[in-house]
Amino acid sequence: MRASRIGAAPLLVLVLLVAPVTAGLVGTLGPAFGLMPGMGHSDLTLEPWRKLGAWPGLWPAVRLSLVTGIGATSLSVLITVLVVASLHGTRAFQQVARGLSPLLSVPHAAAAMGLAFLIAPSGWIARALSPWATGWQVPPDLLTLRDPWGLAMMAGLVVKEVPFLLLMVMAALAQAQGGTRATLAATLGYGHAMGWIKAVLPAIYRQIRLPVMAVLAYSMTSVDVAMILGPVLPPPLSVQVVAWMNHADLGYRLQAAAAAVLQLGLVLAALLGMLLVERGAGWCGCRWAMQGGRGVWLDRPLRLLAIAAAVLVAGSIGLGLLAMFLWSVAQLWPFPALLPQGYTAQVWIGQSGALLQGAGTAVTIGLLATGVATALTIACLQHEAVRGLTGAGRLIWVLYLPLLVPQVAFLPGLQWLTLAAGWHGSITLVAAVHGIFVLPYVFLSLAGPWRSWDGRAALVAASLGAGPAKVLWQVRLPMLLRPVLTAVAVGLAVSFGQYLPTLLTGGGRVSTITTEAVALASGANRRIGGAYGLMQMLLPLMAFGLAHWIPAILFRHRRGMAEAA
Amino acid sequence: MRLWISTALFSLCTAGAAMAQPDPANWPAVLAEAKGQTVYWNAWGGDPRINDFIADVGQEALERYGVTLQQVKLASTADAVSRVVAEKAAGIDEGGAVDLIWINGENFAAMQGAGLLFGPFATALPNWPLVDLAGKPAVANDFTLPTGGMESPWAMAQLVFEHDSARVPEPPRDLAALAAFAAANPGRFTYPQPPDYLGTTFLKQVLIGLGADPALLQKPVDDAHYAEVTDPLWAWLDAIHPHLWRSGQAFPANEPELGQLLADAEIDIGFAFNPGRASAAIAAGELADTVRTFVPDGGTIGNASFVAIPYNAAHAAGAMVIADLLLDPAIQARAQDPAVLGFQTVLNVAALSPADKARFDALDLGIATLPPEALGPALLEPHPSWMVRIAEDWVTRYSVAE
Repeated sequence: MRASRIGAAPLLVLVLLVAPVTAGLVGTLGPAFGLMPGMGHSDLTLEPWRKLGAWPGLWPAVRLSLVTGIGATSLSVLITVLVVASLHGTRAFQQVARGLSPLLSVPHAAAAMGLAFLIAPSGWIARALSPWATGWQVPPDLLTLRDPWGLAMMAGLVVKEVPFLLLMVMAALAQAQGGTRATLAATLGYGHAMGWIKAVLPAIYRQIRLPVMAVLAYSMTSVDVAMILGPVLPPPLSVQVVAWMNHADLGYRLQAAAAAVLQLGLVLAALLGMLLVERGAGWCGCRWAMQGGRGVWLDRPLRLLAIAAAVLVAGSIGLGLLAMFLWSVAQLWPFPALLPQGYTAQVWIGQSGALLQGAGTAVTIGLLATGVATALTIACLQHEAVRGLTGAGRLIWVLYLPLLVPQVAFLPGLQWLTLAAGWHGSITLVAAVHGIFVLPYVFLSLAGPWRSWDGRAALVAASLGAGPAKVLWQVRLPMLLRPVLTAVAVGLAVSFGQYLPTLLTGGGRVSTITTEAVALASGANRRIGGAYGLMQMLLPLMAFGLAHWIPAILFRHRRGMAEAA
Repeated sequence: MRLWISTALFSLCTAGAAMAQPDPANWPAVLAEAKGQTVYWNAWGGDPRINDFIADVGQEALERYGVTLQQVKLASTADAVSRVVAEKAAGIDEGGAVDLIWINGENFAAMQGAGLLFGPFATALPNWPLVDLAGKPAVANDFTLPTGGMESPWAMAQLVFEHDSARVPEPPRDLAALAAFAAANPGRFTYPQPPDYLGTTFLKQVLIGLGADPALLQKPVDDAHYAEVTDPLWAWLDAIHPHLWRSGQAFPANEPELGQLLADAEIDIGFAFNPGRASAAIAAGELADTVRTFVPDGGTIGNASFVAIPYNAAHAAGAMVIADLLLDPAIQARAQDPAVLGFQTVLNVAALSPADKARFDALDLGIATLPPEALGPALLEPHPSWMVRIAEDWVTRYSVAE
């Protein structure tokens, strides 16, 4: 009875993810080929594609999406590997980890806004140097933001993705005996960094490749970061899809749908490319490792580089957040003043009611969505363990669907489905739709540590007479408490950040801190934006804080558990 | 699956059996039906001052009529239009989620054209006779399209330019002077990127300023005249673009971003579709108190903001009560107060009762706002087809940076 109930879990996940995404895809593919019955478009046609092709910005926009997405992902992976390889096992690594993990809770838009205020011609860096060093009395006319190459946008993506990947690597490290492998490499005379890259990375990579793919898909389809930091002539494809979706002329929705399908194709192509690069890198990596270079001399320069990169990432987000806080309490703050002319708590006082209410709704929805997602994830993984299935099942690809389809294209179709089913906007419905996006991340965060858990503990428990359920509740879950709580925190953070799903399925009746923040951000008011950005960060920060402290307190008398964490 | 279908059928049946929409001609019945309703007003939520004003209107509506007003803060009006479109596609013709939309121009034309609006109702509102139809024709003509009572006006807007008098004591008064200013001060002027609303308004202002025949612009675009009318516009833009902010390689996204550039001193001259914006921003400590407004010779484009009710609104009666309340002289005077919004009234102030007129006379215009007589004539919006065509052409010509 019990086993069969667990056996239903993967099927349930499959249905929960496939049904809405299929509905969403149909809702996208239809309009892309001219079908939008509600608006009187009922003929199958290639017209939307022709219009899309006629847009002069198409190829530059496609190129931008590819270059910034792949560039940001490669850079993020590179920095993450650099930091872990050169600093693992040192005190500096603990400091870096401690400094970077809270950054995970910074919403993308908030990080981008903070970075924008640092590097803008009227931003903090220019102010710090003006007028004494630069002679600038007014901001210089420099294209530091929204540069046509998308450099600012890539920087914005990298500072957000490095903490995410780092967290994923650390979760994997604990389970893959990273320390033992590194020690072995060191006894063979390998340098600190070289030894890690050759002996530990190959073992770790299997566990972080899914998160890397998620980063790639996100970087290519991100709308909020691109709107704040990305180029505008033309913008990346994802931003143009949103612009067409929002066009007053409803006919533009057809070509928006076509562009969204193209976007989906680009993401799939990039993922395929990544698989090929992985193959190539694996082959080359083997040859390279066989040559046996010890690379001891690399340790010093790499360590400096790693520290510099970590400081740059943490520093730019940290300073950006500080700037946002200052804006939220600033009166007039003209260029080139380094600090505001006066301070006021007016924004915080005026918004406190809406802030608290929005935060309360966000927490309710987040807990509902994440609770169900975590239970389903554990049930799936347990099913896999009980049945002795190994490796990444076919399920993984299904999990990726909601992350691959651009939200703006797939959500209207989903909205139509919920409306046609007669489900009106309620907190439960919004939480259910959040679950579609939360589940993949919870699964991603938990699957690695779960699967690489040392099964001998279960063997011992079983030999003492414990059944699978008892092993799960009394051995596995307690030992994996930290990864489970981290996955919950990741899920909460994902739920807190959802704008379009909340707005579309809530019908405007459900307003969270994020829907308020995005609506206010459209007014480009830095003071309000600062307050909401900080508040948006505070909620996930508390979740990550709990994920860190609960195991620390529970296991304060167990040294072995501290190690696993 | 069967359950799903039966649920859908059930919702369709209950929708069909619901009460018919209220009749605005029978106002006491509207008031009676509205009492106790919660009206969801979908309005752009980007400006905290506007959000506060809507909250105040809600307070008033609750006290006077027992109607609860809930603002649904949108990043874009299109989000509300999308909702109604999705509901129509799903067959929800009653009990929709959107009761009232802040709307005008293209969005109105689109919803009206797709049969997504309830009405006519505006001309039946008790406060409608106070509206200044003769003096402000824009209240019944949204971008040259007769509103036909399908939307009710609540604020007048007019394009005004803003300059920092500390850096530009004498602002350029015509397009030639503006082009000369840009050439002499590279990087100190720009405009929001079309198809943004304010950006296209600027293009239309330039088109009119370069002497396009106003009569032609009031009619739909005809291909015979399009090139001849718009050639001067493109020539003017080609000449000025290299001297713009970021050399025309990037543009601010919208009105708030343009305002932020002026506040950051990245540009010297900006503009807004609200003559009171600069004063309000100065009062809030967000803009240097040396900023002043001006209008170029010959006047600027003016239009009206409206509220409309979707055809399937769940609370159409309450929505009409709100639309009427927005025309109340006390509320209109409040909106015109620069300390609140600085929006111009749609009412004929001269014809109001002395007590109501006094509310308007008592308003302090604010440090940077021009008095009404200095605002110059409000020019009519061209037919929307011009805006669409010009925005499309702009995208073709300039949307890919060299």
